[in-house]
Amino acid sequence: MVTRRNDEYRDATLVGELAARIRRLSRRPLRIMEVCGTHTVSIFRHGIRSLLPETITLLSGPGCPVCVTDTAEIDACIALARRPEILVATFGDLLRVPGSRSSLERERASGADVRVVYSALDAVELARRHPGREVVFLGIGFETTAPTVAAAVLAAHRSGIENFSVLCLHKTVPPALEALTALGDLRIDAFLLPGHVSVVIGRRAYLPFFERTRLPCAIAGFEPVDILQAVAAIVGQAENGKPALENAYRRAVAEEGNPAAQRVLAQVFAPADARWRGLGVIPASGLAVRAAWAAFDAARRFSLTATPVPEPRGCSCGEILTARKTPPECPLYGSRCTPGDPVGPCMVSSEGTCAAYFRYHDASAGG
Amino acid sequence: MDPVSRILLDHGSGGRIAHRLLRDRVLPVFDHPALAELNDGAILEMEGVRFAFSTDSYTVDPLFFPGGNIGELAVNGTVNDLAMCGARPLFLSAAFILEEGFPLADFQRILDSMAQAAKAAGVAIVTGDTKVVPRGAADRLFINTSGVGLIPPGIRVASRRAQAGDRVLLSGSLADHGVSVLAGREGLAFETSVQSDTAPLHRMVAAMLEAGGEAVHALRDPTRGGLGTALKEIAESSAVSVVIHEEKIPLKPEVAGLCELLGFDPLYLANEGKLVAFVHPEAAEAVLRAVRSDPAGKDAAWIGEVLPGPPGRVVMQTRIGGQRIVDMLAGEQFPRIC
Repeated sequence: MVTRRNDEYRDATLVGELAARIRRLSRRPLRIMEVCGTHTVSIFRHGIRSLLPETITLLSGPGCPVCVTDTAEIDACIALARRPEILVATFGDLLRVPGSRSSLERERASGADVRVVYSALDAVELARRHPGREVVFLGIGFETTAPTVAAAVLAAHRSGIENFSVLCLHKTVPPALEALTALGDLRIDAFLLPGHVSVVIGRRAYLPFFERTRLPCAIAGFEPVDILQAVAAIVGQAENGKPALENAYRRAVAEEGNPAAQRVLAQVFAPADARWRGLGVIPASGLAVRAAWAAFDAARRFSLTATPVPEPRGCSCGEILTARKTPPECPLYGSRCTPGDPVGPCMVSSEGTCAAYFRYHDASAGG
Repeated sequence: MDPVSRILLDHGSGGRIAHRLLRDRVLPVFDHPALAELNDGAILEMEGVRFAFSTDSYTVDPLFFPGGNIGELAVNGTVNDLAMCGARPLFLSAAFILEEGFPLADFQRILDSMAQAAKAAGVAIVTGDTKVVPRGAADRLFINTSGVGLIPPGIRVASRRAQAGDRVLLSGSLADHGVSVLAGREGLAFETSVQSDTAPLHRMVAAMLEAGGEAVHALRDPTRGGLGTALKEIAESSAVSVVIHEEKIPLKPEVAGLCELLGFDPLYLANEGKLVAFVHPEAAEAVLRAVRSDPAGKDAAWIGEVLPGPPGRVVMQTRIGGQRIVDMLAGEQFPRIC
């Protein structure tokens, strides 16, 4: 479209040169997982797959926060929304995510007070304006979102707002990478590492993971040129047999990340075990509200317990998130499971692998 | 999950799920050929006179947004729906559902801008209705407008008439209205210079039909559901394949920037003063000149063409040389979580 923003990162000539370089460099098949949902969407929106040689396969990983949220956690959100004293504040992405019987969108249609907000601070403002209601913010997201939620808790504390709490379902990326590569039958040759998350945690945060696996890695931005540069770097590493942890998004990602954001996050949250859809429980891969802030922890405040729920029958979200299946290989894809009527979470979020496939899949792939 | 047993907000998003509601529940019950065509209005013929009849309800939040308000929107929206049928809009009705406690001064402002919009469009509001419901039974103010217009002889605009070889025209920049409304919405207040594009399009359409006649095959104003949904609807109705080119679609930098920030796709945001036209190539230049001569069409551009290919398919050639499928909006867009 006719825009000026980010033009140099969408320059067709530059993109063409990068694609040609990748074609020249690439000899053997390479399966690259993009961990981040925003990468998945950018790849589909710009039609990047159609520019890559057949040797390169891009796989979408567990990098969409909504998609890796466990069914039992969604059920917990729904249970909160059903309590008459509670106003649930959430990012819109969560509304359509199916729990085992219902969704927040359907609860809202049945009378639950569910409000879409654009930041956790908006939820604090709702609490201030509705002193008679219990406002619970659904804290979902990676290291990118978690510091803003931590900041909201601090803001509520400073303003003496007592009817605000957070259901903390946050997850962190490096432990998930570890868990992914620990899976037995995984076929991933390289990782395209997230951009926004890396802005917060820095290149340094991936060093232990890289040292253990020695798989080619590159941190990438979100524009076509950023992504292709990172893919070219990965292909170069793989072809030369010299894996590295490259920062191909230097204009935004520093070695040590954003210390201020890390401090706020660590002040309010502590690492905790978390259950990921498709990956199971990963040690220290989630965040929990520290005891000092227990008053703001919705799980404690409303004595929530998550009962494990089986995933919907036939749903392959687990295999899709771990690149053991592509969306069209799921028996439900496109028939029983569509963005308008999703069965699994990968079809719900705009960044979900299945939803992105469904909306944007390359024209060359038919359809 | 259990089957859906209630109306969800997504049923009103103008996308795929709204279509299914129409197809499965509404069309079979009312069963009329003019309805089944799914044009922006019904195209009817009586005693040798062809006319269009259209209705629309307006529930926009906020009621006042940068560049307009619900009243102007309600007049221009129905004027445009009639224009998309190739009709010259003549008479409108206006019905108001008011919530108890709604400020009279706001009501007056909205009425005044409706009167102004009707005058500017050269239509008359000739019948109406007012209902007041108890506080909480409606959100401030809803407006319904209906309208009738005459279709000049020789005009055969319909969403099923697009054909291979047609060129696809967009009358100006994309997604301005969608972004202006988002900017004014509670919880997402940010400063933007983007104004709603709300404008009547019937004079532009009249000029296009004057210049191109029967060569103007299909028209649609991409309101709810956006350009992506409008193109897909026409491709499906006409059983043709459409290719559009990202680099040719006019998009203001501030609209592009905001969409990126929120993770919105401008192809699926609403427009209120734009049309998309499928035109036979022989009349293309004359039609483009006609569109550009209208103030609301000065940025008009050819954005694509109808090519042989699978019926109902819309593909976008991306700016960087890739390709992607364009589908209908699946449900209301939400900002992304990361």
